Amino acid sequence: MTIVEAPVELPVDATTERRRAIQAAASSSLRRRKLSSGIAIGVCWAFLGIAIIPLVAVLIYVTAKGLPAWNVDFFTQSTTPEGIPGGGVWNAIVGTVEITLIAVAVTVPLGLLCGLFLAESNGRIAATLRFTADVMTGVPSITVGIFGYIAIVKNFGGYSGLAGAFAIGFIMLPVITRAGETAIRGVPQSLNEAALALGARRATIARRVVVPTALPGIITGVLLAVARGLGETAPLLLTIFGNQYLQWNPTKPMEALPILIYNNSSQPYADLVQVAWGAALLLMVVVLVLSIGSRLFAARLQKERR
Amino acid sequence: MIEAEVTVARVEEAVAVYSDEVVVDQPERKVVMTLADVAVAFGGRTAVRDVTFDVHAGEVTALIGPSGSGKTTLLRALNRMHDTVRTAAVTGTVRLGDLDVYAPSTDPTLLRSRVGMVFQRPNPFPTMSIYENAVAGLKFNGVRKKSLLDEAAESALIGAALWDSVKDRMKAHASTLSGGEQQRLCIARALAVEPEVLLMDEPTSALDPIATKRIEELVVELKDRVTIIIVTHNMQQAMRVSDRCAFLLMGEDKAGELIEFGPTATLFSEPTDPRTLDYVNGRFG
Repeated sequence: MTIVEAPVELPVDATTERRRAIQAAASSSLRRRKLSSGIAIGVCWAFLGIAIIPLVAVLIYVTAKGLPAWNVDFFTQSTTPEGIPGGGVWNAIVGTVEITLIAVAVTVPLGLLCGLFLAESNGRIAATLRFTADVMTGVPSITVGIFGYIAIVKNFGGYSGLAGAFAIGFIMLPVITRAGETAIRGVPQSLNEAALALGARRATIARRVVVPTALPGIITGVLLAVARGLGETAPLLLTIFGNQYLQWNPTKPMEALPILIYNNSSQPYADLVQVAWGAALLLMVVVLVLSIGSRLFAARLQKERR
Repeated sequence: MIEAEVTVARVEEAVAVYSDEVVVDQPERKVVMTLADVAVAFGGRTAVRDVTFDVHAGEVTALIGPSGSGKTTLLRALNRMHDTVRTAAVTGTVRLGDLDVYAPSTDPTLLRSRVGMVFQRPNPFPTMSIYENAVAGLKFNGVRKKSLLDEAAESALIGAALWDSVKDRMKAHASTLSGGEQQRLCIARALAVEPEVLLMDEPTSALDPIATKRIEELVVELKDRVTIIIVTHNMQQAMRVSDRCAFLLMGEDKAGELIEFGPTATLFSEPTDPRTLDYVNGRFG
């Protein structure tokens, strides 16, 4: 049996002394450090609050003003002239949904393929395309409207839903392209290499590995682009013209929610302004649902994969 | 399978013979850290549990076990790194000397200045010079005295065996160093705060064998200055550098558990648990 020796203390040396000095400095400055940290966090919260005020104000105001306009007729009847009770925004809903669907059908495949190309290629063409997409994102929407007017309305039989879809698609395309590129770039290179090492071709890798992995980001991007396109007014003003009557045919002038809001809100009649508020609320709710829904959906997809 | 059973039986025999005369040939060292029933859960799912052992001053304690056994999770619980993960919950007791690590009155930043950490991959701050990296922890902790900063930086860089190669280019960016040197800079950065305990999370897993050897030598040299707890995948490394070893293993419900704790020599030569024997003999994991 060996005797258990007395505990060995670490010698008091330069290290121990320095440790004491450092710990003393750390605890004596703790209050100051906590205070400055607290102030910094407080400033962040304050600025966050300031940034949120306009958003909350808009939400509350539009809800308060728009909700009284909502009833069954509002969603099922077309607009009536001033002074005639009843009437709703059914014609505008039809127009907005049709125009958006046509725009989505064209721009989603186009935008995603562009995004895939941008993510996979680093050449001069890609750089030019990327730059163009960025410029397109920044083009004022009224310019897009004029472009749609000159390119489509003037050349192809006048105002129509299709011309509106073209203009809205013009707004959505760069958003989808860049969102798609970002999502696809976020796919780890190692997955790409794993598929390459199994003998997969680039197109196969893109289809079977890269795009499915990037899907949550792609869907989020598409839905955000749709939300953006839904609210655009200026491009529609110059392309679909507006229509007080229900019009299903996209080759004819159509009504859309932003147009209806724009036209009605400047009328001197209270009942028309009321309809505009209701339409504004509807548009806001749809955009909110799309934005929140796309994030929830992406989060769920992301979670399922873990 | 039969072979394994025979081996287990033989070991049990051996243990039965030796247990009568336990030989304590190591001096008993002061306990700096105690873990009692420590468990970590993420969002209600337990990642590691049932961990109880003492960490002795001036020693290297190694946490070994296969992937998923909760070594890193356990290590990060010791200086409250899980605080930043909202879903993480640490239960049980961790003590640093008299300090209850998870007491509400314990300031996590002060705690972390006493329990430092080195990570798997070298992560020097890319915008800072070598010198600034070395004294970063001190500055974070409110040390402003230039003489103390210089002294601590030099001592830490010497301690991390980096001083000779960097003393003439202290203003150079940390990114100009090689991977092994960057990791030693990270060790120096942690040492400069003079922590009492240094946690090392597989510090050599991103390094080549020569850089690994230097870090291992460093670990052994440093233990007089700071108590070290090191996570390692590599059993040879644990054998080479550690005085005591904790062996963790993933249980049936995917939660890591402490299987065995003891002096490294004992754990590797005559472990009490057959699972430890299987692992150290490379039969799984």
